[in-house]
Amino acid sequence: MSYRWNWSILFTEPYFGWLLNGFKTTVMLALSSWAIALALGSLLGVARTLPGGPLRWFATSYVELFRNVPVLVQMFLWFFVLPELVPVGIGNWLKRGLAYPEFFSAMLCLGLYTASRVAEQVRSGIMSVPRGLSAAARASGLTPAQTYRYILLPIGFRIIVPPLTSEFLGIFKNTSIALTIGVLEITATSRQIESYTFQGYEAFTAATVLYLTIALILLFLTRRLESRTRIPGWISRDST
Amino acid sequence: MGPLDFNVVIRNLPYLWEGLQSSFLLAAIAICGGILFGAILAVLRLSSIKPVALAALGYVNFFRSVPLILIIFWFYFLVPLLLGRATGPFLSAAIAFTMFETAYYCEIIRAGVQSLPKGQINAGIASGLSRIQAMRYIVMPQAFRNMTPILLTQSIILFQDTSLVYVVSLRDFMTSASTVANQELRLVEIYIFVAVVYFTICFVASRFVNTFSYGFSR
Repeated sequence: MSYRWNWSILFTEPYFGWLLNGFKTTVMLALSSWAIALALGSLLGVARTLPGGPLRWFATSYVELFRNVPVLVQMFLWFFVLPELVPVGIGNWLKRGLAYPEFFSAMLCLGLYTASRVAEQVRSGIMSVPRGLSAAARASGLTPAQTYRYILLPIGFRIIVPPLTSEFLGIFKNTSIALTIGVLEITATSRQIESYTFQGYEAFTAATVLYLTIALILLFLTRRLESRTRIPGWISRDST
Repeated sequence: MGPLDFNVVIRNLPYLWEGLQSSFLLAAIAICGGILFGAILAVLRLSSIKPVALAALGYVNFFRSVPLILIIFWFYFLVPLLLGRATGPFLSAAIAFTMFETAYYCEIIRAGVQSLPKGQINAGIASGLSRIQAMRYIVMPQAFRNMTPILLTQSIILFQDTSLVYVVSLRDFMTSASTVANQELRLVEIYIFVAVVYFTICFVASRFVNTFSYGFSR
């Protein structure tokens, strides 16, 4: 069987431009959904550690719900189902009023999904702060809110930096699922190049190299972050 | 659109059930293959021969840096080329999932092995077992006992991930559902149903893992 290698295809227009745009889309989608995930996930994680009540119940249900449905299904729910369930006016705005409805749905989907994972990390971070510390905080007159603000959260977040960074890499990989609703990120772009040029090896290699580059850059950045935020004397546990 | 009509689900139940069966089959193959090869790879990763350990590490890091969808595309494209004949998407998906999950299972198993005291393997060697025998009869049984809950949790995630074969039109549960949804123009009902089914399966399975892991906790 003969295969015509043609690596230069990757650097000719329009394919080079496509790859560049795909890369930009992946990065933008990952960063914007990470912002949602981190903010919402932290709130949910704190709520999961409250002594009880509706907030804790809500956070627990949220985590169970989002963790037990495949991301692809969630993607379809946000993109295809949500606009039909809301009032017609809002639905039409979601479908046609927005500049990039696919990007918007994907951002919402990945953000809300990853929030459930971040929430679990935040909860385990808060739980692994030694009990004596919060007891001491209460004994010295801090209110529960102040205990979270000055003791539990600063220590808890430093403990969970390593697993959080792997969630951060995970969101970059999960952006590829957005191709199913038509977001032209890296994987979708390489597939498009393959179907236009039949140069599958080159196209998929390009995508693979881009992802490996992202992973390497993130590895470098997170290593630095981890060594800066590590709590001296705290046994760092292996995170998978 | 009109009012919701869940009869569409009931009408297409046999077709969807067929899809769900291939999802289960794919997940089962990938779980068995992934754990088997993951265990072998974990042993290689802990090998004292440097190049072997490095190669295993490279494999793991490669597959953990690249999205599963891209791996699925790679194998969908490569397997027919390598075999020289057209194959259905199932074979390439099964290979893609097994190779991908091997990397994840390997890391779980490695962590499980490393959490055991080093004396275990030394005692095995001291009592006359070879290194491989000590691994096989002393370390692995204990390590697997400790890591069963994590292995099961990873398998639930794997089952959810099988929905991604939608991108190569393998007729799993997700693809069947999307076919029905588009034929009947009932996207809302079908996708809600799909979400409910996945949720029920995975939620029940994760509850099961939780209760089960109490029995295993030390």
